[in-house]
Amino acid sequence: MIPLAAKFQSRPEGRSFVARLTNDKSLPSPLCDDEILVSRGDEPAPSGSYQGLIRIAGAAHSEEELILGDEFSYLDDGDIVRINEFAGELRVLYRKGSYHNVLFFTERCNSRCLMCSQPPRDVDDEYLIDDILEAIPLMSQDTKVLCITGGEPTILGWRLIEVLTAVSRYLPDSSLHMLSNGRAFAYRATAKAVSQAGCRDLMIGVPLYADIASVHNFVVQARDAFDQTIRGMMNLARFNIALEIRFVIHRQTVSRLVQTAKFIARNLPFASQVAFMGLETIGFTRSNLSVLWIDPWEYRDALREAVTMLAAAGMRVMVYNLPLCLIPEEIWPFAQQSISDWKNIYMPECAGCAMKAQCAGFFASASFKYSDHIRPFDTVSQLPSFSII
Amino acid sequence: MNGLNRSFKGPESYRNGSSYRLLPMKFMRFRDDRYLVTSMGGDYMFLSQTKLNDIVTHKLQQTDTLYPDLLASHLIADDSSTAHLDLLAAKYRTRHSRLPSWTALHMFVTTLRCDHSCQYCQVSRVSEDRESFDMTPAIADRAIGLMFQSPSACLKVEFQGGESLLNFDLVRYIVSEAKRRNDGRQLEFVITTNLANLTEEILSFSEEHGISFSTSLDGPAALHNANRPRPGRDSHAKTEEGIERLRQRLGKDAVSALMTTTAASLDQPERIIDEYVRMGFDSIFLRYISPYGFAVKSSARIGYETKKFVDFFKRGLAYIVDLNRRGIFVRETYTQIVLQKILMPGASGYIDLQSPAGMGISGIVYNYNGEVYSSDEGRMLAEMGDRTFRLGTVHDTYEKLFLDSPLLPMIHESMLEGVPGCTDCALQPYCGSDPVFHHRTQGDFIGHRPTSSFCERNMAIIKHILTLLEDDKETASILKSWL
Ligand code: SF4
Ligand code: SF4
Repeated sequence: MIPLAAKFQSRPEGRSFVARLTNDKSLPSPLCDDEILVSRGDEPAPSGSYQGLIRIAGAAHSEEELILGDEFSYLDDGDIVRINEFAGELRVLYRKGSYHNVLFFTERCNSRCLMCSQPPRDVDDEYLIDDILEAIPLMSQDTKVLCITGGEPTILGWRLIEVLTAVSRYLPDSSLHMLSNGRAFAYRATAKAVSQAGCRDLMIGVPLYADIASVHNFVVQARDAFDQTIRGMMNLARFNIALEIRFVIHRQTVSRLVQTAKFIARNLPFASQVAFMGLETIGFTRSNLSVLWIDPWEYRDALREAVTMLAAAGMRVMVYNLPLCLIPEEIWPFAQQSISDWKNIYMPECAGCAMKAQCAGFFASASFKYSDHIRPFDTVSQLPSFSII
Repeated sequence: MNGLNRSFKGPESYRNGSSYRLLPMKFMRFRDDRYLVTSMGGDYMFLSQTKLNDIVTHKLQQTDTLYPDLLASHLIADDSSTAHLDLLAAKYRTRHSRLPSWTALHMFVTTLRCDHSCQYCQVSRVSEDRESFDMTPAIADRAIGLMFQSPSACLKVEFQGGESLLNFDLVRYIVSEAKRRNDGRQLEFVITTNLANLTEEILSFSEEHGISFSTSLDGPAALHNANRPRPGRDSHAKTEEGIERLRQRLGKDAVSALMTTTAASLDQPERIIDEYVRMGFDSIFLRYISPYGFAVKSSARIGYETKKFVDFFKRGLAYIVDLNRRGIFVRETYTQIVLQKILMPGASGYIDLQSPAGMGISGIVYNYNGEVYSSDEGRMLAEMGDRTFRLGTVHDTYEKLFLDSPLLPMIHESMLEGVPGCTDCALQPYCGSDPVFHHRTQGDFIGHRPTSSFCERNMAIIKHILTLLEDDKETASILKSWL
């Protein structure tokens, strides 16, 4: 687990700005405008025309330097941070070397899922979008994928389109994965506007928690959500936007797991992929743990049936957030190492497990509550190739 | 709900208070107390008679375990959602999604001449008279022009006969012309042939142009040669040799085989299937003989009752499933087509089991003499004097052939949605219509289902496949692997 924010002594007359980190101590001054020079340990830091100076794991050489602890030594050339001197805050917005860069859009949401890992708050947080719009032009052209998340990104209306357009202009080769509850796409105009933003490779991950409205609506705590989400998915298909359907497995959804897989195969075959996801025990999940928790070991047969059925129907299937020892070997080929590196951990039981390198492991939050069936493997199992017989 | 944080509402707040409505559904008694129920979108459930009674008399309780399944299968609806209408509409549209692209398969009868005199074939002529029985380049030109007027993004050109290769010059001409005139379509070429006349020239041309082959293989040598007489009685040997040569040159998948079931086949499905497996095919189509061509005249010798065919089919399918169980991967094509219709949401590409019927709008035949037919069977009937399915000639306009010909009324009348018997049949989403068959056997395009052998055969086969899916888990998983 790595820290993405730091506090420091605030400066009442300080600035707030977004800038990119550089290790280059002799950057010509015209190129220094958006850069913060990073020094480590005791190395000397030249005074140049950099936007700012950061020193990691060392004593300040000058007043201007912002000092970060050793835990930030992962920060590197090309990473992007927001520094708010007034509030005494540093936030890491982007890491050049990571596959898990997240554009966090808003804390607001129009649903209130029982297991939300990021409980929504009704706050004015449009500054997040301003940061993102400032950061995008500084991001590396080689960025493979950016993930848009919240809250509910579509709540921002046209500002979402603004970000999508910025990505399509500045990062034409990057893929975008956006997580949305899909309800806003029930309006054709929203789906159409997203499709016209010009993103080359955009996929929208939309959760569906049941094949029937009452269960889905209960899980997301909103009355018309099922109908809106279904219509939203159909509109995404209408405008050729790639759709990922996400099903989080917990005690309130597991009874419709297999039926939902069948429902997807029959009614939503246009989805580009279907993801079955283990529960992250954080946020609202903790408040509702007793009605949500189920040991993945208990649903492994249902999961196998759901995955194999969809795969046989020709759909692309993923299993996210579930350790290999908790799922049938037959569906290992579908398991992804899905947990973002900065919150990915393994348990004491995993010590010496031969499959650790291929295993998704756990969310850092899982130490709070996890399966009783974690069993390390003695030998590396060959991932079986998929066959349903 | 116990344990739910108090800021959340319990599941009861999201349940629907009202009673449910029935959506369009059809049902059919299987055996005993069991009924198949299908939705407009092709979803199905098996229900007991008691439950079905409860459902249709609005007595089913929301707490019943079947209730959510019935909702999700779009057999009933309640006030919790209105999305079922959008979904049903989308499913119905998806099942017919091939219609807008119109005709993809274009069959060119390059010649009527043939070197075989097969018992079940009506159309071919053993004749050396090229003038009267070969298609001319001028006719082919017109036909190619009509083909490119089809809106379909893929165009499949199939060469038929007679023995299509006896007029190989024309095959070569059509392939080159189609490629030259191609305006961006995906072009595919298939030669239907008995392989007896395969030459080096044909092989290298096919290699160069990516042409694939379809041939006839009725089973082991004795059966095949009896069905398909040819001077020298060596049809089977010629076929086997041809298949081998094609595979060596063009790859394993470049040649497929079709079998025709005759009376002599009925007691040996296993041997026929073994022959296919021995020859390295991974699928076999246990095909019913159509009552056209010589089949009608010589029906005493090679025809059979539908029931006998169904028994043959079931026995063959059981044997194929058993081969799969033993690790020999081979599929039965008709079963695969039906399974696709039962289990998958998409449109079936199989022309002979569609509604609206596939004739004309999925496939069309350009006869050697320039006549245009809605299907190959329609062409065969014409050879017997019944020109009902003749749409016109290649000299007509595309619009005339498709819009101002007998085609649309025939297709319209025979749509299962409106055919007595089929309107209420639970198998309707999985079945198809065959106006040529019903015209031929029952005198009109609609037919009379209780006495239709098309219906008898398909009902028996589709019911059999559904029963296997429902009752036999192991067989079901083998069948699903064929999708
Ligand atoms: S024991 Fe092995 S398979 Fe199980 S969670 Fe740990 S690393 Fe993964
Ligand atoms: S032909 Fe027979 S089996 Fe097919 S839909 Fe009509 S009534 Fe049903």
